[in-house]
Amino acid sequence: MNREFAVKLPIKLPIIREDLASLRAGDGVLLSGVLYTARDAAHMRLCELLDSGEPLPFELRGAAIYYAGPTPPPPGFVVGSAGPTTSSRMDFAAPRLIRRGLSCMIGKGARSAEVVEAMKECGAVYLAAVGGAGALLGGRVLRSELVAFPELGTEAVRRLTVSDFPATVAIDSLGGDIYSEGRAEYLRSIK
Amino acid sequence: MRIIAPERISDAVARLFIDANVRLPPDIRAAVGRALENEPWRPARRVLETIDENADEAEARGIPICQDTGMACVFLEIGYDAHIGGDVYEAVNSGVARGCAEGYLRASIVRDPLRRENTGDNTPAAVYIELVPGDNIKITVAPKGFGSENMSRVKMLRPSDGARGVIDFVVSAVEDAGGSACPPVVVGVGVGGSFDKAALLAKRALLRPLDEPNPDPYYAELECELLEKLNALGTGPMGFGGKTTALGVSVLSAPTHIAGLPAAVNISCHVTRHATEIV
Repeated sequence: MNREFAVKLPIKLPIIREDLASLRAGDGVLLSGVLYTARDAAHMRLCELLDSGEPLPFELRGAAIYYAGPTPPPPGFVVGSAGPTTSSRMDFAAPRLIRRGLSCMIGKGARSAEVVEAMKECGAVYLAAVGGAGALLGGRVLRSELVAFPELGTEAVRRLTVSDFPATVAIDSLGGDIYSEGRAEYLRSIK
Repeated sequence: MRIIAPERISDAVARLFIDANVRLPPDIRAAVGRALENEPWRPARRVLETIDENADEAEARGIPICQDTGMACVFLEIGYDAHIGGDVYEAVNSGVARGCAEGYLRASIVRDPLRRENTGDNTPAAVYIELVPGDNIKITVAPKGFGSENMSRVKMLRPSDGARGVIDFVVSAVEDAGGSACPPVVVGVGVGGSFDKAALLAKRALLRPLDEPNPDPYYAELECELLEKLNALGTGPMGFGGKTTALGVSVLSAPTHIAGLPAAVNISCHVTRHATEIV
């Protein structure tokens, strides 16, 4: 793991996988550009589309999916509160999306061995945003457009344009994983 | 006997649901501040700083602290001498629906657990009613996020497992929750009662402010031991490693059967919200 930790590397999205290769678990990043929101129900829909050979509602190649369901925007706001949800619930669909070009996932909490395997195979990264920091993260969203599945309400797919959206590299493209290594390194550091 | 119009309950629930979602209680804010002073691990400090900054931003902009504005858990302590002139459950649910709309909260409830159609207004609430002396109604609204709720557990321990068994059970639940429950967590523990009672005790335990010690010295000591063990896990904020895995532990107990030792742990994230009003 990168022991510098505190660096805030600017990342522009969408991004090709080669440009993610130097990121290491523990790095701090600031995201600018486009994220697509999708959570449980939207992932089930995306899988149904793939099963039936239909096109997906957005270009997966180089894309970043944000596991989030924002609160509705009060008048004058772009979105309300928009923090990450628990990523492991999307593990059932993630390997399939990664193998079809998805570069980047943003959520919170550990991932399954299958997801990490697909990430290493394809060079994708998984970023963690601070769960429960929805007011701050929502404030970094400049634009929000409905892309697909409006009937899903908060679970619809939205294209968010963000600026200086803070996250931490949780699992890098080599399989470096902050959820196992961060804890172990901290415990070693206090011995 | 005092007659209380159901609208007064609705109004209070709507207000409390919004307030709890926008303003982090002072005891939690103070605990995050203390954790920040004592946290040596850099990725952990970065998370705690963000949590602190987020609470300021939510309050200043009137935006929910977290997008999971929770399942509305509503606790009513109704005085024996208070008479509600209408349906109390309907009063609570209309307050929840209004709070959800007026506060721009998220509709996070599905009507049926398997068919999963969103009710659109965050109803129905989980309502718990207790009868108490007096003619007032004390209303507490505790919106509960499901990232941490999903990591909660009930276990029927053996009487011989004792306090050691309860400690091991709680520590392993928090360890297994890892970064998914949005640590630093607040942990509610229920011991005793029956299978169902233990779970409710664990939920009620989360309502006690962190700066209020357990009135029973035996349980106060058990809470200290649990907190120490949880913070020795090294899980840290968001599971990135660090000293701050739990902000507080609160235990509630109840009489139980000679053959049993039910134990429940209700994990709550750092956005442990509750707001109270007396009508």
